[in-house]
This record gives sequence, structure tokens and C-alpha cells, in this order.
Amino acid sequence: MEDPMAAIRETFFQECEEQLAALETGLIAMENGTADSETVNAVFRAVHSMKGGAGIFSLDALVRFAHVFETALDKVRSGSLAATPQVVGVFLRAADVLEDVVNAAREGGTVDEARTAALVEEFSHINDTPAAPAPTPAPAPEAAPTGGLFEDAVPPSQHWEIVFTPKPELYAKANETALLLRELRRLGPVTVTLDAGRLPELNELDPEGAYLTWNIALDSECDEEAIRHVFEFVEDDCELTITPPQSVGFAPGTVITGDNGFKFEFFPPPEMEPEEEEAPACAVATVAPAPVPAPHEPPAPPAPVKHPAVEVMAAKAESAVAVTATIRVDLDRVDRMIDLVGELVINEAMLSQRVMEAGIARASGVAMALEELEHLTREIQDSVMAIRAQPVRSVFQRMPRLVREVAAQTGKQVRLVTEGEGTEVDKTVIERIADPLTHMIRNAIDHGLESPETRVANGKPAEGTVKLLALHRSGRIVLEVSDDGAGINRARVRQKAIENGVISPDAQLTDDEIDNLIFLPGFSTAAKVSDISGRGVGMDVVRQSVAALGGRISIASRPGQGSTFTLSLPLTLAVLDGMVVSAHGHTLIIPLGAIVETLKPRASDVFPLDDHISVLALRGGYVPIVDVAISLGYCEEFIDPEQSVALLVEGEGGVRAVLMVDAIHGQRQVVIKSLEANYRAVPGIAAATVMGDGRVALILDVDAVVRNARSEAGRGEVPALEAN
Amino acid sequence: MASSMQTDADNRELIAFRVGRQEFCINVMMVREIRGWTAATALPRSPRYVKGVINLRGAVLPIVDLAVRLGLPGTEPTARNVIIVVMIGHQQIGLLVDAVSDILTTNDNNIQPSPDVSSDLVKTFVKGLLPVDGRMISLIGLDNVLPAGEMEAA
Repeated sequence: MEDPMAAIRETFFQECEEQLAALETGLIAMENGTADSETVNAVFRAVHSMKGGAGIFSLDALVRFAHVFETALDKVRSGSLAATPQVVGVFLRAADVLEDVVNAAREGGTVDEARTAALVEEFSHINDTPAAPAPTPAPAPEAAPTGGLFEDAVPPSQHWEIVFTPKPELYAKANETALLLRELRRLGPVTVTLDAGRLPELNELDPEGAYLTWNIALDSECDEEAIRHVFEFVEDDCELTITPPQSVGFAPGTVITGDNGFKFEFFPPPEMEPEEEEAPACAVATVAPAPVPAPHEPPAPPAPVKHPAVEVMAAKAESAVAVTATIRVDLDRVDRMIDLVGELVINEAMLSQRVMEAGIARASGVAMALEELEHLTREIQDSVMAIRAQPVRSVFQRMPRLVREVAAQTGKQVRLVTEGEGTEVDKTVIERIADPLTHMIRNAIDHGLESPETRVANGKPAEGTVKLLALHRSGRIVLEVSDDGAGINRARVRQKAIENGVISPDAQLTDDEIDNLIFLPGFSTAAKVSDISGRGVGMDVVRQSVAALGGRISIASRPGQGSTFTLSLPLTLAVLDGMVVSAHGHTLIIPLGAIVETLKPRASDVFPLDDHISVLALRGGYVPIVDVAISLGYCEEFIDPEQSVALLVEGEGGVRAVLMVDAIHGQRQVVIKSLEANYRAVPGIAAATVMGDGRVALILDVDAVVRNARSEAGRGEVPALEAN
Repeated sequence: MASSMQTDADNRELIAFRVGRQEFCINVMMVREIRGWTAATALPRSPRYVKGVINLRGAVLPIVDLAVRLGLPGTEPTARNVIIVVMIGHQQIGLLVDAVSDILTTNDNNIQPSPDVSSDLVKTFVKGLLPVDGRMISLIGLDNVLPAGEMEAA
């Protein structure tokens, strides 16, 4: 690559994004009162890590602001500041500013100094607030009277014993022990003794290994946390034992085994022979030899009261639950793997078919082993797919803040309801729906909801509701943004469209058609341009970005009751449950989710409306018929209803139609393959897949086919079926 | 040393193939692989020269019938036909041809400019003519094999 530092910097900013998300989640939990002590710690850690990283890249503005933020958070953590709604409110705004500062640092821009200054000011106010007696989400050990909450309690100087054994990783990450030791000296007088007992002969020495242990005697009035703070960034890469003054501890030889597989063994405390540099001191360093290579101790318990080790244990177990290990992997590698696994599935299916053809009995060993293989392949496929799929939660999480901001700017009262946050969709889709969603929610609050007074006057609750919903339908992800506002003002939309010359004054438009005018370029009904939704970005931009993702957007509005915007996006690279059908000899997949029922039509139930459009009488109603083969241009002859199978499908917005095909060949799960990657989008086709015989089959875009049939029917034109 | 590098740079390897009774060639660097014909899945509403798509190790590969694309009479492909998989930009495309005939090493001096004729197809695809042992091989460029504009219109 080019500049290694640039890559590290990029990683830092990626981590910042994650930390900001964690910060937001934590703060919202604090706001809702669902926070526990670990939440507060997580929030603190998020800010602290950003500060630490920013220091490396000399991002001074970021360091300065993070520091102020962190200081306030630390007070909450230590219990000297109560997390009142007012304080959390400041934190939430600070998180906003922090995000801006991070983005500014990333893009090399500048931040609004006035905003940061205002928040720093706010921090200084809340810092003055005395600790409320109310219970705070502070970690339990802080309850100790000598917890150092107030400056007046000065504990006497104490003698700490620290055993510090760096691991090779510590050096590999360019940490320097000398600097850490120097840092320790700030806490008080230090006596450092080197233990080189593990140093091997020169010929056995690994030049990149780590063999040294430092025994440090520190006289300081600080608490254990202050000491751990020094080692904070190398915690995972060293063995660190801090023996507090007058430690009661456990009897030597006591072994404690945690349920997550790590083990503590207690050896005689080192202070017996402080000047010795050999064996006994070494023994102390070998804490937790167990299967886990690194017994990284948590930063938690300051000023241990009785059994430090037990608290260490408890905290360790807790953090093990909270933190799941993750790795960063290049997306290309994952995609390559998905392709290969898809290939494996197809090959497996081909093999099965060959074995069947060879006339091998189903009960034979070969057939049974093949079945095992099939299960295994499916499982691998599912697991690989799961790597790319992510819940939409990460996008939904950003919305509460947006709603707060826009509500504050517009003076409206808004409640955000989210549903289906666990709905999984491909990572790239997630990344690209954030902007359209943001805009739609802004729009819903700014244009959709009425002011509290108007709402009350109309007999509605003063607080408006914006609902954000995600669900899977027909092999696509559907996102809905709905509000209980006034609905679209059709008269005004129409007026505006006439003014802009979009439609002629005498145009006859249905309500639906008027509603859809708002997706046209440059269309905004807001009487004056507001800085919330009127930034020159209209719904047409939303529609374009959705279309670029292969998605569609539609609107349903009822005057006085609100509007619902529906986004439907493909789940690229996902698997799909489909019905395998044939139309004029072509194999097609119809997404199972779109199919309501399958039926065998009688010729007497089919009624032609004109030469090209027919309807099927179904339980007292008439449903338009779409001949799939004609619709895709495979042939021009209308299929004989007696020789066909009909599928009642439901498209976007609950529109129903009957699809006519030759035959149904069963159901199966298919891997969605992009047609656009090597070719382009094909009208009426959502994607492609590879069947068991190795051939490509096309996945029908039910919505497009149904919509197409409807618009052709609506215009009453002769459908232009065959372009070529 | 420098001069030999110069010669290397001038030389290029071309892969020649037959379409109908004509011979064409393309730069060998564009070719990813050569495989036999397998039945393609037809794509609705596609130009006539797009035969459909096939499965290339899990990727969906569009097949262009080069004969039709170059305005020559197209034929039903058989197992004897060959698909040349080429990389054009970020896209992989399969070219359906009759057979691969030769690998040529030549340099730019041997390539003669294509004559100024009125045929749009010649202007679009033929970049030069190469005389080899009394045969004439047309060097074609593939940038417009799947032109975006025409695809939209189709």
C-alpha cells in the first residue's frame, strides 16, 4: 500500500465510528434509565479510546474536547456527579459535537469553535453540580469511603508492588517500557528492579521475543486505578500484577477458576524479598498460566477493600459477557468466499444428481454420506452469508438523535417508534440507506407532522409519532417511514406542480399520481425553504439514491391521518427462498415471499378486458392476470389457462395480481447473483442464480412485472412487449 | 538492457479467432480464459447479440455473439464453438466465436490502419489490419461490445 500511517489513521477513524456508536447507545441507555455500571464504563471507554488514538495522530482539537468530555464522564463513573437527565442531555449534545470533531479531523476540516466552546462551558457548569445523593450507576467498589471522590480526603502515602512482564505483542505494537516506567514515576517515588531470570542463552534468544520482568515498588497515595491507567493501552499485551498495600488477599497456592476458562493462582506476595531479583519475584509474574494466553486484567476495581482478586474475577467475567471479539476482514475476501461456497453448493447438487443417475440406492453408504455433505454445505453457506448480513440496527440507532435535533429545531413534539431493528441486510445496503432514511425522517417531522397546537386543535395528541419499520418481504428489505401528521396537501402539491410546469392545469390526476409528484426533481411544497428538509435536496434525490441501489420508493397518504413512505431494496448477496417455475420453457425463480397462493385456473374464470389484458375471477373479485412469458418477451401467444398454473402474488403496497406460468417445479433456496456486476439491470428481472445443474436461472422481479402490467392496463395502450 | 525493454514494450501478443469466414484478433492481455460453449440462459429484453448468461464459477457471465455483434450472419452455437472470457473495465464478458486459430506476436509497425470505409461497424470495432501469411486478421477493440448507450436504448 501507499502510506502505512494513512492506513493506520483510517483504521483509527473506523474505530472512532464504532466508538461513537457505542457512545450513543450507552448514552441513550442512560437517558432511558436502563444503564448499569458497565454502560457508564463503556461510555467512558469509548471517549477515552478516541482521545488516546487522537493523541497519536496529534489531533489536538479532538484530544482537547474528548478530554473535557471524559473528565465529566469519569465523575459520573466515580459517582461524584449524578447522571441526571440534564447531565445526560449535555452528554448527548457533546457526543454530537464529538462526532463533528472526529469528522472534521478525518476530512481535515475545521469545527465550529463556538459549538465546542459552548459545550465546554456547559461541562464546567455540570461539573460544578455537587454529587446528588441519589443512586448513581457507579461501580460498586467506589462506595469505599476512601474512594477519593473529594479532594479533601488525602490518603497517606502507600507502598505498592507492581510486577510488569511485557509480552512480545507489547513491543510489536511499538510500546516502550521505559516510557511506561517514567510515567509511573509521576505517581510517586519508584524503585524498579529488573528480573532477567527468563532471559535465555544468546543462541536461543528470539530477537523479537520478550523475556524481561520489572518489579516496581511505588510509594504513592494514588489508588490502583491510577496505576492501571498508566498501563491502560498495554493491558492486553503484558502480565501485570498490582499488589495493593496491606493486601489481605488469598493464601498462597489458592487457585480460582473462572467459568470462562481462565485461572488465577496465588503465590506468596513479593514484598517478602523486595531486593531479590530472582525466583520468588518471578513466580508472582506468572499469574494465570491457563489455556488463555493473556490474563489481561480489567481496569475496574479501584481501592480494593477486601479480596481484590475476587473483584477482579467478577469484573472480568462481566466484561467477557459484554464484549464479543471481532476481527476486521477485507470485504473482497468475504465476497470471494461467498462465491466459492455458492459454487460448492452447486457442485454438491450436481454430484447428488450424478449419483442418483448412476442408480445407487438411497440407503447406500454413498447416498447417506452425500446427504451429510449436503447438510454441511448448507450450514457453511448460511454461516458465510451471515458474515455479510448485518442488522439494520446500526442505522436505526442514529435516528433518535436526528429526531431530537429536528424536533428541537421545528418546535414539534415527536416520538420515534422503531420496529424490526434486527432485520438483516447486506452491509453495503446498510451503508447506503442511512442518507435516504435520514432525509425521509427529517421530511416526516418537518413537513409531515403538524405543530403541537394544530394537532391539539384537530383532536390529536400534541406529540406526533414517526415510525420507522424494517422487514423482509419478497426477498427484499422494506423500510417504512410513517407519520401520523396531516398527510400530503394534494391541492398544494397540484398547485405547485402547475406553477413549475410539471403538469398542465387541466391534467386529470388520481390522488396516487398527485402524491407521487413529490418525487419529481426540484419539487418542494414547503412554503419557505427551511434549513431542515429544504437544503435543495428533495425527495427526487432520495428516489435517485434508492433507485441506484436497485430499490423503489412509494408513498401512501391519507389526509389528516399521515403519510407512509415505503422503501423497498434488494438484499444483494443474500439467499432467497424461491419457487422454481417455468414459463415458455424458461426456468424462473419467483420469490416465495411474494406468493400468496397457487391455484389451477379454469378457462371459465378468465375474462378478457381487451386483446391483451385479462382478469381472473377469484372468490367474488377480479384480479388482473400477468402472463409471465409475454411480460418477459419470451413469446407473444397468450398461455392457455387450462395448461397453466396461476400464482396469486402480492406486490408492493398490497397490489395483487395473478402470474400465469407453465408449471411449478418446487421450492428451493437460491443464492442471489448480481446481473449488474458483468452486465446491467434487466427490466422485470431482480437478479440471477445458479441452479443445481450449473445453469443460470433468472429471479423474477414480481413488483416490476405487476406494476408494468398495471401501468399498461391503466394507460389502455397496446403493450410494447418485444423491444427487440 | 534499455533497448531490449523497448522491444518488449513494442511487441504485443494477440489472440486470433475465427468468426464465420473472417479472422479477428484481440490483445491477449484482455483474455481471462477460453472455454467451450454451454447453453446460455436467455435474458429478456436484451439486444439480439446478447446470447444470454452462463455460470462462470458462480459469477453470471453475459455472452455476446460476436458474429451478430459484428454484423455477420449468426449461427446456432454447438459444442464446437468457443467462449473467450475477456475483461473489459470491471466487467467480465464471454465472446462467442467459432474457434481460436492462432497466437501472434507482433509489433505496432506491422499493424496497418483500417481503411476509411463508411461502415459504422468497422469504425466502431476494427482498430487495424494485420497481414499474416497471406491472411488478413482484423484487430478489434472491445470497448463498445456492450456500449452503455445502446444498452439503454435496447
